[in-house]
Amino acid sequence: MEDVVLLKGREQFVRQKGERHQTLPISCGAESVAGCVSQRACVYCGARVVLNPVADALHLVHGPIGCASYTWDIRGSLNSGKSLYREGFSTDLREKDIIFGGETKLAAALDELIPKYQPPVVFVYSTCVVGIIGDDLDAVCKAAAEKYGVPVLPVQSSGFVGTKSIGYQTACDVLFKLIEPPTTKLLLRRRPVINYLGDFNLAGEAWIIRSYLKKIGIDVNVVFTGDSRYEEIRRAANAELNIIQCAGSMFYLAQKLEEAYHIPFMQVSFLGVEDTADSLRKIARFTNDPGIIRRTEEVIAAELRRVMPDISGYRTALSGKKAAVYVGGGFKAISLIRQFREIGMEVVMVGTQTGRREDYEIIGDIANDGTIILDDANPAELERFMLTQGADLLVGGVKERPLAYKLGIAFVDHNHDRKHPLAGFEGAVNFAHEVYTTICSPVWNAVKGGVVRGDL
Amino acid sequence: MEISDVPVQQGTQSRSIAENPCNMCMPMGGIIALKGIEGAMVILHGSQGCSTYMRRHIAEHFDEPVDVGSSSLNEKGTIYGGSDQLKTAIDNIRKAYDPAVIGVLTTCLAETTGEDVHRIVEEYCRERGVSRSMFITAPTPGYGGSHGDGYWYTLRCVVEQLVLPLEQATPHEGVNIIVPITFSPADVREMKRTLSAMDIPYTIFPDISETMDRPYGATYTKMSSGGTPVAVLHNMGGAKATIEFGSPGDERKFPGKYLEEKFGVPYYRIASPIGLVQTDEFFSLLKKITGKSMAHETAAERGRLMDAMIDGHKHAFSGRCTLFGDADLTYALAGFTTEIGMYPRVIASDSRNRHWKEAVSAITADIGEPVTIFSDTDFGTVRRESEIGGSNIAIGHSDGKYLEEHSGIPLVRLGFPIHDRIGGQRICSTLYAGTNRLLDTCVNTLLERKFSTYRKRMYDQYFPQIER
Ligand code: SF4
Repeated sequence: MEDVVLLKGREQFVRQKGERHQTLPISCGAESVAGCVSQRACVYCGARVVLNPVADALHLVHGPIGCASYTWDIRGSLNSGKSLYREGFSTDLREKDIIFGGETKLAAALDELIPKYQPPVVFVYSTCVVGIIGDDLDAVCKAAAEKYGVPVLPVQSSGFVGTKSIGYQTACDVLFKLIEPPTTKLLLRRRPVINYLGDFNLAGEAWIIRSYLKKIGIDVNVVFTGDSRYEEIRRAANAELNIIQCAGSMFYLAQKLEEAYHIPFMQVSFLGVEDTADSLRKIARFTNDPGIIRRTEEVIAAELRRVMPDISGYRTALSGKKAAVYVGGGFKAISLIRQFREIGMEVVMVGTQTGRREDYEIIGDIANDGTIILDDANPAELERFMLTQGADLLVGGVKERPLAYKLGIAFVDHNHDRKHPLAGFEGAVNFAHEVYTTICSPVWNAVKGGVVRGDL
Repeated sequence: MEISDVPVQQGTQSRSIAENPCNMCMPMGGIIALKGIEGAMVILHGSQGCSTYMRRHIAEHFDEPVDVGSSSLNEKGTIYGGSDQLKTAIDNIRKAYDPAVIGVLTTCLAETTGEDVHRIVEEYCRERGVSRSMFITAPTPGYGGSHGDGYWYTLRCVVEQLVLPLEQATPHEGVNIIVPITFSPADVREMKRTLSAMDIPYTIFPDISETMDRPYGATYTKMSSGGTPVAVLHNMGGAKATIEFGSPGDERKFPGKYLEEKFGVPYYRIASPIGLVQTDEFFSLLKKITGKSMAHETAAERGRLMDAMIDGHKHAFSGRCTLFGDADLTYALAGFTTEIGMYPRVIASDSRNRHWKEAVSAITADIGEPVTIFSDTDFGTVRRESEIGGSNIAIGHSDGKYLEEHSGIPLVRLGFPIHDRIGGQRICSTLYAGTNRLLDTCVNTLLERKFSTYRKRMYDQYFPQIER
């Protein structure tokens, strides 16, 4: 690693397992170094991606058009009812609004939109400029809420006040405000009821997990926020347990729910066969219900019988290949390391945009010696380490895809605009299949060595 | 998933709101403009999110790595001024990329807090002892206009800052060809091929043909080759003439206009060469400037296009279209669709300028059928008007997929961004051969729709009557 030229200020964000990992912890959660071409987004983005799947809400972006444009229907979140969330609304602030303030425009927008769409809840996001010009979002939202009798919630998400994680927190605060104290009906239930946090129902993933839970005898009260509706969110306190998949975005809400309503929580992962099975067992054990524990084993056994032949097929094809991982959250990165092992592959580089210290500790523990660990990487570092580590594949988001392809490296998109599910047992098969389709594509043989051939 | 439960929006559009945005913001256009200069890197002065979102959009359209730096302005920089962060960003970009040119654009945030990038960059140059000519600075507040506006404005800044005064430039026989943001890399290549065949020396600006569509090679370099060379940019003031493709607008914003005012380079702004007549206009202009006629191969392509126009004329005439998006593209398409009889029903642009509306109205004045024209609009309006007007085909970028999803109007993808299909960078729709491809695509889209619906339509309409 010594030979690699890192930008000044980036040294603390890069580690190699087995070298200085024990003595020098990696830096994380810090602001990006200016000019380092970070892959990260902003506070607004964090808030938007968490809240956006609330399907019947009206999402109004208070700001210039760009911010709304880039995030319009950004997620592949599916829904089962109203789909107002897929429309992009913006106050489209202009120069004169920046000078004279945008409050009137915001109020006018709410006056037009609420009667027209009659949403049960409205989220109003603030963007960079709104934070600067000092529009009183709270006051405008409050007035509109009183006027129309629906909750109109300000989401204070000015882009510059921190990283995406702050946006996650802001979103959780907003969701928490919607949640009402539990009702007494809880005691009369025969089946355990839980909330599922941190699944945005990309390509229907939350539905897959709900179906397993249903089979083993557990009802899902509300999913945060995949395919969720206002009415469901209000009832979120009526659950005995919160399970969290995407910890980066939802750990905070789980903590708040525990504090306020004494709902315990546990982290789960439904990425990969092993993690999915472990998580289901963990949930079953929590219920302490022998019936549920037995059914869980049955469901797992049945699913394994169904998917393992496929998975082992892929494992044979992929054995010994090397993967690089660069994803948003730490928990996902951890799961991916395990999931790659399941299909016979080794992770040689792993990084995240918003991983927390605890995540990096686990990554440091489970990664193989020599693995490069990165926080808030940039294209130059990704390129360098993928090449020096000999990666055959990169897992990342859309921005990283062209880089991998230009380097002749296979690629799997694990970001929020996916159109196919990667969670649960079937998701594990999909994942293995996708890894197979990209690594084992014959095009790599055809293009190997590039197109400059003197003898042609 | 239900999509039909979103009501068609009624009533007139209000200016306090955009329902499903039709456009993006200024710095986005600025990035693409700068990516057409050889050895250029771009830094956005503002918060991190803007550059990340724009990179994602651009990467998805071109399927190319798009590195864009950000000064990653935080709360401190926002309150106390961000010049230190911008300077660090420049240092880091120089170290990691060693670019020949650095374009510094602003975002909403930096503009609102009053960051003066010209001054900061001058200071930087003094402090680090580097030449100011290494930098292009363009204030591009996101709220100042659409991505198209940002594109033209940035190009204007480039010529203002890089073109050398006449005393230092050498007059030459070259023609400046300035292209709009909707010229794909393939369009630029087609233009180069055509001009080379005519033996006309030229400067294409900006030239994204290679930078945003680079060939797969044995080795990868962080900086792509290609782009308009800076040395060539320096000399644009000595050119024989400038041909700029785009819709009419406020001329003070256009780079070609500046070259005319400052250096006396004759300036022509015409529609993008899409369609027979508009492409002819381009060649007649070239002839006027250089005395040269189109090459044989181009003449043959022209003949083939006419042949295709005849082959497809009946089918084309069954089409009534919605054109939306970038002002320059919709302007050229208004001419093209009117010419083939696939008359526009709705033409909608993100442009805030009145000239565009007047020009497009003039093109469609004689078709004898109603057409609705909107500037500065959103998809809520486009969709509503397309349904009312009975459009059966739409041409524009990927966000128009909502017309397809909600209203069943098939979309011919063209322009920027195309993020739900591959090959946005390879679509060539200009000059005779490109027009021919576009014509085929439009006609085939209409045919596909016809063939896939007529059985059911006829059955539903007539069979129940026989039964009864
Ligand atoms: S509109 Fe402004 S804040 Fe939003 S993305 Fe564009 S430049 Fe950034």
